[in-house]
Amino acid sequence: MSSNVSIVAINTFREAVRDRVLYNLIFFALLMMGAAILVGQISLGIERLVIINLGLSAISLFGLVMAIFIGVGLVYKEMDRRTLYSVLAKPIRRAEFLVGKFGGLLLTLAVNTLLMTFGLAGALLYVNRHFMASDGGILIAIYFILLEFALVTALALFFSCFSSPMLSTVFTLGIYIAGMFAQDIRNVGVMTKSPALTAITRVIYFLLPNFHNFNAIAAAGHGDPIPLALVGWNTLYAILYVAIVLTAAATIFAGRNLK
Amino acid sequence: MATPAIEILGLTKDYALGHWRPGKRRSLDNLSLEVQDGEVFGFLGPNGAGKTTTLKLLMSLIFPTAGTARIRGRSIQDVRMHREIGYLPEQPYFYDYLTARELLDYFAQFFGYSKAERRERVGRFLELVGMTQAANVQLRKFSKGMLQRVGIAQAILHDPKVVFLDEPMSGLDPIGRREVRDIILGLKSQGKTVFFSTHILSDAEMLCDRVGVLVGGKLQGVGAPGEIVSLEVKGMEILTDLPVGKTLPMPLAANATATGQRYRIQVPEAELYTAFDQLRACGAKILTVTPLRPTLEDYFLKLVENEKAASHAVEVTVP
Repeated sequence: MSSNVSIVAINTFREAVRDRVLYNLIFFALLMMGAAILVGQISLGIERLVIINLGLSAISLFGLVMAIFIGVGLVYKEMDRRTLYSVLAKPIRRAEFLVGKFGGLLLTLAVNTLLMTFGLAGALLYVNRHFMASDGGILIAIYFILLEFALVTALALFFSCFSSPMLSTVFTLGIYIAGMFAQDIRNVGVMTKSPALTAITRVIYFLLPNFHNFNAIAAAGHGDPIPLALVGWNTLYAILYVAIVLTAAATIFAGRNLK
Repeated sequence: MATPAIEILGLTKDYALGHWRPGKRRSLDNLSLEVQDGEVFGFLGPNGAGKTTTLKLLMSLIFPTAGTARIRGRSIQDVRMHREIGYLPEQPYFYDYLTARELLDYFAQFFGYSKAERRERVGRFLELVGMTQAANVQLRKFSKGMLQRVGIAQAILHDPKVVFLDEPMSGLDPIGRREVRDIILGLKSQGKTVFFSTHILSDAEMLCDRVGVLVGGKLQGVGAPGEIVSLEVKGMEILTDLPVGKTLPMPLAANATATGQRYRIQVPEAELYTAFDQLRACGAKILTVTPLRPTLEDYFLKLVENEKAASHAVEVTVP
């Protein structure tokens, strides 16, 4: 099982690299260089905060765009172009193929994020001249961003198993935005004091991925400590949520007639 | 009795007419068929007959409405079966960012070969399909015929026991077609079972131990190309040269085609000797006499015509 998954994952990574997906790093590098030079001149003592906020937000945004737009086409493109026919005639299960595609995109995002992290570190070093102990929080924030990417990629892949790339993009983006406000949705139900609405919003809250918990950008910027328990809970939550979504995607994909 | 290489049992496939349109269209109707080990089996039929549907069902790319199939005794749902089969899809399309060598290497990995084994195999099969020169070119730059060759290489790369080829001659020039024919004959000589779909009847007649004819989703006949068509002689064809200034006597002239003074005459078998007498009388030189038997093409066209007539009959039926 694992061997087939890794074969597909590595090929998916190779596809992304050859499709010049990593070119976004050029924009990120330019952004970081521009920001570092600019904030060095205009900011008064908040250079570090600005660079961290800008850098982490850019890492998150660039990665999310990649996760959604590449994710929704991962399986759909293979079905549409019929490249899948020759692959599935080999001794590989559909679920292995699907998980391999997921792993390949996640690997691409991880490499992309790692390279961006180097860029952010360079910009920080430029404005601060040295690293601080509280900069460790930046790595945790980046780890949370990667977990977020895993959730979004799994959702994009799930939708692409039964809908067109355009619809999958809308669904994934919709769930991402709703997931950012999952806690607020639950609170609205409680505030109405209606038992029915409270129950409904509670169910929605549990169904939606709670992306708010993965946002540690502000804490990292201010150098606030991020509790280790949160790291553990977020990791567990992401693993479980991804597993559930991928299982659902694999179930749908396993029974799908290819055109 | 030995297990058949391919065993198809009542395979049926219906497609919905559309998301919003009720009703279904039957693409394959209760297909039952056995192909023995080592056989080259031709699956014939016009476009839309259900040949590709059958192959896609056997590969589990689509799922049957009814029926099942086994390949070398294993259910088509069993992924282990795929270790023993090779498949060339119709008009294959591959990852265009890979080179031919990388693509074959990618596919070979699923069979657990070591890196050295993969390198040797990939090189050998690229050479077999005449693609060594283009081995390191990205597939996006390949012509249809080149893709077809790479497709054949990926189908037989892992030494499968049963090879399924969907229109393997499609998109190939005469040299390419001849090479594919040689590959199929090579597979046969190695004892492999080959199941290929085609609508080119001459290929089927040349290569197949047996053929099955599919029209309108229904299997119309199975047998050796010589068996499937009637062996009954339809008539005789005489090729003859007539002296300059002479003309054919009337009964013969009515069934003759001429190229200069050379005539091709068709006569009923019972009237052959009468025709000889008439030709001798006018000084003709008889070159050849050939019995006229129906070809696979005649049989095929007759079935297609019957199917068209049947579907037409359904359309005009008064409720």
